[in-house]
Amino acid sequence: MRIPIETFRLPNGLFVTLSEDHTAPIVAVNLWYHVGSANEREGRTGFAHLFEHMLFQGSADVGANEHFELIQRAGGTLNGSTWLDRTNYFETVPSNHLELALWLEANRMGWLLPAMTQQKLDTQRDVVKNERRWSVDNQPYGTWWERLPALAFPEEHPFHHSLIGSMSDLDAASLEDIKHFFATYYTPDNAVLSVAGDFDRAEIRSLINKYFGPIPAGNGRPPLPDMALPTTFGGWKRVVVEDDVMLPRLFLAFRSPVFGTKPYYAASICSAILGLRKGSRLYRRLVRERQVAAEAQAFTYDLVKGSDLLVIDVTGRPGLSPEALEREVAHEVDLLVRDGVTDEEVARAIALVQTEFIAAMQSAGDRADRLSLYATYFKNPELVNEQVQQYEAVTAADVNDIVRDRLGEDNRASLLYVPKEEGTEAPTSSAEIAAGIGSEAQ
Amino acid sequence: MNESGTSVLTQRIPRPTSGAPRPYSFPRFERAGLPNGLKLVIAPISKLPIVTITILIEAGAVCDSPGRYGLAQLTAKLLLEGSTSSDGTAITDRFERLGASIEAHADWDVAAVTVTTLTERLRDSFELLGEVLRAPAFNEREVERLKNERLAELLQLRAEPRGLADEMFSRFLYESSSRYARADGGDEVSVRSLTRDAVVAFYGKRYSPNGMTMVIAGDVQPREVERLAGEVLGDWRGSVVVAPSVSDEAARRSRAVHIVSKSDAPQSELRIGHVGLPRRHPDYFPAMIMNAVLGGLFSSRINLNLREAHGYTYGASSYFDWRRQRGPWVVATAVASEVTHSAAQEVLREIERVRTSPITPDELSLATSYLDGVFPIRFETTSAIAGALTTLVVYDLPDDWYDEYRERVRAVTTGDVLTAAERHLHPEALQMVVVGNAAAVRDHIEAMDFGPLKVYDVEGRPT
Repeated sequence: MRIPIETFRLPNGLFVTLSEDHTAPIVAVNLWYHVGSANEREGRTGFAHLFEHMLFQGSADVGANEHFELIQRAGGTLNGSTWLDRTNYFETVPSNHLELALWLEANRMGWLLPAMTQQKLDTQRDVVKNERRWSVDNQPYGTWWERLPALAFPEEHPFHHSLIGSMSDLDAASLEDIKHFFATYYTPDNAVLSVAGDFDRAEIRSLINKYFGPIPAGNGRPPLPDMALPTTFGGWKRVVVEDDVMLPRLFLAFRSPVFGTKPYYAASICSAILGLRKGSRLYRRLVRERQVAAEAQAFTYDLVKGSDLLVIDVTGRPGLSPEALEREVAHEVDLLVRDGVTDEEVARAIALVQTEFIAAMQSAGDRADRLSLYATYFKNPELVNEQVQQYEAVTAADVNDIVRDRLGEDNRASLLYVPKEEGTEAPTSSAEIAAGIGSEAQ
Repeated sequence: MNESGTSVLTQRIPRPTSGAPRPYSFPRFERAGLPNGLKLVIAPISKLPIVTITILIEAGAVCDSPGRYGLAQLTAKLLLEGSTSSDGTAITDRFERLGASIEAHADWDVAAVTVTTLTERLRDSFELLGEVLRAPAFNEREVERLKNERLAELLQLRAEPRGLADEMFSRFLYESSSRYARADGGDEVSVRSLTRDAVVAFYGKRYSPNGMTMVIAGDVQPREVERLAGEVLGDWRGSVVVAPSVSDEAARRSRAVHIVSKSDAPQSELRIGHVGLPRRHPDYFPAMIMNAVLGGLFSSRINLNLREAHGYTYGASSYFDWRRQRGPWVVATAVASEVTHSAAQEVLREIERVRTSPITPDELSLATSYLDGVFPIRFETTSAIAGALTTLVVYDLPDDWYDEYRERVRAVTTGDVLTAAERHLHPEALQMVVVGNAAAVRDHIEAMDFGPLKVYDVEGRPT
């Protein structure tokens, strides 16, 4: 299957993708700004995400939280999310409210600052601190979100620091930061707008031009430092974290080819063979056969710069020691390196990917988000339609190349969560052991 | 809005008005059946080459006998762990090579097996489904393994404040003889007591075609589906199975506070609520809209108060946990320890306010126009449509339910909402559960004079 795609660019640099579908009277509007936590300056970790919250606090013609209210009143769903290298904002609305969604997004892209106040910033700072407590600090294993990138990327690398941010950096964020970040990154030439679903082909371009056209282009965003990394870690980096958890859990990461490249698809199939669903190797071997794990999965981060990460995530069964967990997982990876994958394993992974893709394409919001993704990273939304073929072209030999080059002991970083001993109150930071390895090139 | 900022831009565009919505109706579906009593509900949708199949079995957690809590869920999960001709690994492999995702679980009311597959692989998926439903092996080894997995899950729950709060809320809410007072998957004691024989007996009694419904939504021809179902399940025979009813009585008629102590928790998981309504209740629409205004939407009173006015939380919401019988109605949020009592106070204030004065027409129209407008967005995927049809089947709602839905939403008035709040919110019976730092929150909560307070450990034992 192929979805129809049209592309154009406004004079102010806004990149627009359109995908028409009239099966239901609904339409998705999706904006990606090419900015994420990687663009934060020193001492401002968490700012890109805090800024995302501020985008719901109103703009020149929209009151605080009115964006939510207007979209919900229209019968729409909406949200935003922040990632290492992008921030997205999206709504799906009944198609008669398309203009409202465009107007709201344009109003905050062009006229955000008049609505910003210290009080709004202070409140959202508290909301985000509570988000941090809820999703990281008060969740078993919750710190893996920031510990794994911290381990896998060298200190100066833009992907190293925490996305949700530290409490003290959140405290430091000011209205001045808001103005500066907005002027630098929230400009039409640093954004992609995708519209998918039930729109009128004859008028969509003029509508987009009407709402987004008056917004001036930015001055170009400052370049990120060099993101390039060696293809391997050059050893096995280990961190052990004592946490308030009942079972040990291991995150084992490998540097892998960046998203969108031919070898990426082989690495993605490799991660599916290892840990996508119950027929995957790790689930079959560790959960079903050896019964040493409670859960097992693998995934890729899908990063486009520097290096992607392929991550294995296995939780031990009660009674299994953390050391044994690491040994069991490593043994399975070593077996894979020794014997490679089979054609059947590749076929299973491809079949699952095919179904997942079609299932996702049913939703206008998912379509629009994928269009924005390919437009943002590659300036080529047509890649959406090539994705399944890219996967179908992967052979066992391609996967075995990845296995050989990337899954060895010279390319591992492990984060091992260990249940805290009763009665010990040592802060986790002092319990970390950064086992030394050789060369970290950065 | 702050007028102090000046924009360099002058061409601001006024807010557009919206035209009339294009018509939409819930997908047409038809009913059919096999001579052995198996019912079919088929919604042909030709948008993309994909199909979702859900088989509903009258074998939910309410069927667990006393002391055997978790048996329904264990039985449902074991369907995918091996048949008389293939072991669990082989079954999984066969589904996944079709690219099909399959899930089996038991919720309170029914057990369900759900498959999503590409249309071209429909026949193979049907055959596999027939095999897992009709010929499960229930190997001893798999029974023990899944029991151990549940025990591991229970162990992890002790360190997981969100799940623990939900679990504890139900435990303190319902009278101890109610099935609803125990976790649907069972507790440490009940799970250990489950045996292969018990699973085989449960399956023999409750898994019969005469009481099952197969819901199919997607790119199919109804006649072909009927034929496939007949080929795969037609010669299966079984007696009529009817769901039992369970107690849904509250443990207490008056307020109480239950603090579950986690000494170093940086946040309190807070639950406040009481026994709610059964899904088939004549006040369903006004009660649902009352809840939407109070805590069901982002722009609800409770979320705007706790999150946006006070910054106490990342989010706060309320919901009815709909079941055939009376599931909980609950407000759920997570707040910093030092503001736990203040947040609870605000929740109580909002409950009181919605019961004593009418919501504004603006609040009503926000909720009704949201539920009305979002209707087509709820049914974009085959799995969402199968889910909606499952709701019809499980709660025995009329076939025109979704055709009438939007009109019934629009018909609700502010007076209806006030009546629903008066009738169905019971401030005097509220139970409060806090999972968090007991030492930090206890005195403040006691000072609220909410009701008698007890502190428990993470396993629910009084301390």
